[in-house]
Amino acid sequence: MRFDVAPGPHTAPIASVPLTMRRVLYALAPAALAHVWFFGSGFAINFVVATVTALAAEAAVLRLRRRPTRVPLNDCSAIVTAALLSFAIPPLAPWWIPAFGAASAIVVAKHLYGGLGRNLFNPAMVGYVVLLISFPAELIQWIPPRMGDLDYQHLGFLAHLTYSLTGALPADVTIDALTRATPLDLVKEGLRSAQTYSEVRAGSLFGGIAGRGWEWINSFIALGGLYLLYTGTIRWQIPIMLLVGLLFPATLLWLFDADRFATPGFHLFSGATLLGAFFIATDPVSAAESDRGRLIFGAGIGFLTYCIRTWGGYPDGMAFSVLLMNSAVPLIDRYTRPRIYGRD
Amino acid sequence: MLIGTVVLAGLALGLCAVLVLTDRLLPAGRDRVAEQVESLLPRIQCAQCGYPGCRPYAEAIAAGDADINRCPPGGEETVRRLADLLGREVLALDTTLGSADMNRVARIDERNCIGCNRCVPVCPVDAIVGVQQTIHAVIAAHCTGCELCLAHCPVDCIDLVPRDA
Amino acid sequence: MLEYTPDRRPTGGLRLPAHKEASTAQPIARGFMPRTLVLALQQHQGPPTTPVVRRGERVLKGQVVARARALRSAAVHASTSGHVRAIEERLVPSVHAIHRTRCIVIDADGEDEPLPPGSGAAWPEDPEEQLERIRDGGIVGLGGGVFPTAEKLGPHTPCKALIVNGVECEPYISCDDVLMREAAAQIIDGALIMRELLAAPVCIVAVERDKPQAIEALLEAGRASGDASLKLADIPTVYPTGGERQLVEMLTGEEVPSTQYPSEIGYICQNVGTAYALHRLVRAGEPLLSRIVTVTGEGIARPRNVETPIGTPIGELIEFCGGYVGDVDRLILGGSMMGYALPNDEMPITKGSNCLIAAVHREVRQDFSERFCIRCGNCGTACPARLLPQELLRAARDNDHALLDEFGLNDCIECGCCDVICPSHIPLTEVFRNAKFAHARYQRQEVFSAETQQRFKRHEERKRANVERGKARQDHLIHEVETDKAARQRAIEAAIERARQRRCNDSDAE
Repeated sequence: MRFDVAPGPHTAPIASVPLTMRRVLYALAPAALAHVWFFGSGFAINFVVATVTALAAEAAVLRLRRRPTRVPLNDCSAIVTAALLSFAIPPLAPWWIPAFGAASAIVVAKHLYGGLGRNLFNPAMVGYVVLLISFPAELIQWIPPRMGDLDYQHLGFLAHLTYSLTGALPADVTIDALTRATPLDLVKEGLRSAQTYSEVRAGSLFGGIAGRGWEWINSFIALGGLYLLYTGTIRWQIPIMLLVGLLFPATLLWLFDADRFATPGFHLFSGATLLGAFFIATDPVSAAESDRGRLIFGAGIGFLTYCIRTWGGYPDGMAFSVLLMNSAVPLIDRYTRPRIYGRD
Repeated sequence: MLIGTVVLAGLALGLCAVLVLTDRLLPAGRDRVAEQVESLLPRIQCAQCGYPGCRPYAEAIAAGDADINRCPPGGEETVRRLADLLGREVLALDTTLGSADMNRVARIDERNCIGCNRCVPVCPVDAIVGVQQTIHAVIAAHCTGCELCLAHCPVDCIDLVPRDA
Repeated sequence: MLEYTPDRRPTGGLRLPAHKEASTAQPIARGFMPRTLVLALQQHQGPPTTPVVRRGERVLKGQVVARARALRSAAVHASTSGHVRAIEERLVPSVHAIHRTRCIVIDADGEDEPLPPGSGAAWPEDPEEQLERIRDGGIVGLGGGVFPTAEKLGPHTPCKALIVNGVECEPYISCDDVLMREAAAQIIDGALIMRELLAAPVCIVAVERDKPQAIEALLEAGRASGDASLKLADIPTVYPTGGERQLVEMLTGEEVPSTQYPSEIGYICQNVGTAYALHRLVRAGEPLLSRIVTVTGEGIARPRNVETPIGTPIGELIEFCGGYVGDVDRLILGGSMMGYALPNDEMPITKGSNCLIAAVHREVRQDFSERFCIRCGNCGTACPARLLPQELLRAARDNDHALLDEFGLNDCIECGCCDVICPSHIPLTEVFRNAKFAHARYQRQEVFSAETQQRFKRHEERKRANVERGKARQDHLIHEVETDKAARQRAIEAAIERARQRRCNDSDAE
């Protein structure tokens, strides 16, 4: 009998890029639902706009680069980028904010560097930073969480959609009535104006640990992260070291002066700490490649984030820290190459 | 504003100076380029490029006096690597120069060799042995197939054969 | 028998689905006799053997049909009685690929008539003679490396430990597992014979934890032997801990240097099947006539382990196991990671053939459409040699030989872990295999070029020195002639003399 031959190994592969990306999306789903629950349908609208733009931009660029479009489009990586970007931008935003962010992420950060696998910087964070620098006013329009005992005005789905598409608000609502600073903003401003941390966090937007609503969303993000760890989609080095890099200085300084520095718990459950640790910094393409390198990479992001939050000009520093450490990756890789078996 | 302008301009000028100085003071970069170029050449000293050996050709390339497509034994692969190293355009191999092929070696036909000893000194790698009035022979393991000896044989008794034959 | 605690956890590697239950469900099938034998003259790593039978001659079971000339060789025996049909070139599967080599083809007569009893001499006392007997008994490493056992047991660096390898980490293969279950005492006896020859202070038997029955049997046999140097290490079930280098590192904490064999740092690894074969040779005088082969895969009617005479055509062995069922997509010799696909089932089982997988479509890798590397680094984590496959891939595709050296192309053991775990389905192992050939050629070329460069330099120097010497002599003469009258006179006379001489010569020639 005759048989076809093929080169080994013959064992079928046990992982694939689309599966990895899909798992990331599954892991984000609970946090996304919590986001919609607490902050209204803005997240969903942004996500849809960002996804459509990201896919369209990817298809267009691939066409321009004369590359096949089917395989890269169905690997879900553009959707992951869109989802991460949607977590970063405020729910109450005109449609062109997520669209512009997603387009910059895909076209500039991803394809101008050569497409998936060749990009030096994390696309979602590049998209976010482009928005943050270009449209600071739109990017600070955060809204307070919807909770029973908090008396704030909120928009329904249709009103949200109308605002997103046309910029028009219902007759009796002003934009200022809708928006509130985020807990990170409040802490930063408060501490800067010589309030103590306990005075700042006495405000109604704060819960037991950090901002209300945010505590829940971030818990769900951590849950998703644990799912990724459990399925082996990500490895522990980056998330754990990122949290260590952030919480170690946070704990130290908080113990040193509890009035002037926020608690480690606040840092853990505020802003993009957990999203960054489990979903953003773990982007394999732009992270360091060896396990030892990943320890350094993660710790660096955590530490830089803490520095920017505490002494820098922005309330959260995750995006900048990730991009800074992305640029350090070639250097880290060079110095953390593992010693080959049997060599000195 | 003014301070910023002055500081930045100062920085720019200072760094320019450093660049210029390093270029002037450090040992000639051209030698190192020539060395790198030579390491990419097959180094079989066939002289088909028109220079008396690989090193002179490498130096000519480094100085910008020679094209990178003049090495027949290196073939297209060498042209590509040189283009890579030097950031020059990939040129088609100059096929008019010769056809030296490292997979062939010279062989002396003993029946016709008259022991004239003319081929011995022209072999750039001393692969031909023999003294006057005796039949010469090629050490196949040393021969590079450069064809330099062919023209010097008065009785035309040297030819090229595949290396493994 | 003492427990031996491994020094380290395995480096890299993967936990893969084992696929061994199908073939280990029944005991070893014995008594299988093929109709034809195809005995390759070179079934080991080393110089080929010389045939000592002629066409048409009748051979008996156990008779030497090809003799080994060196210690780095191993004799070949007829595994049953029959007539030599031909001695001809055939395609034979060897360690990494299929080779064309000379084979003795024997038509079995079905009588399975052994050599007359008592024809073998008693086991000698002298170690050197013992090694020769092992060579003439045709024993080679049965783990797949087919390194002549006599050579490996011969004198070299003082042996720190004998490692008996029963790890068998690769998916599908179970021939060592069933042998350990059924013949633990014989394996232990063979191991002790080896230990004696090597004068090794300890003998570590290493078995993976997923073989509890084998471990139990070995412990039992070890206790019964009462030897204090015997130790048993049960090691984690991770592929490829059974590789020699990986096993030495894990058990002892020592790494085998890149360019050396484990024996050069004092560790000798021997497969359990080899120990069993040695036991048979020493205690029963029986040379290597058969080996256990795992026949498995979803395309086999009755998967099992078969005691197979060396030289059995693969088709006949599969027939013995009930033939093919379903749509067999690929016939793999060896395990599913390091084995290779056979183009047909006409080739023979050799001493190194441990496993045959008749795989159906869904069992084997099919998707060869690769995506871009996403730098996930899982390949580096899985690599037992601690290489960075994604960097190697780039260097290999760029033909950057300096980088290939730096990133350790030649340290790749081609275990296939990186390939299987790659989410972009890049055929890394295949790229590395091809790159190794190209790299070896490049290195030869580099050595040649460097030598040539040196020779050219010396040539040029000599030429320059000659010219200078000639010039110096000329200068000296000119100087002498210009300053000394007598010397001038001498020079003139010498010139006249030379001219006369030349004339004489010319007239002689005429």
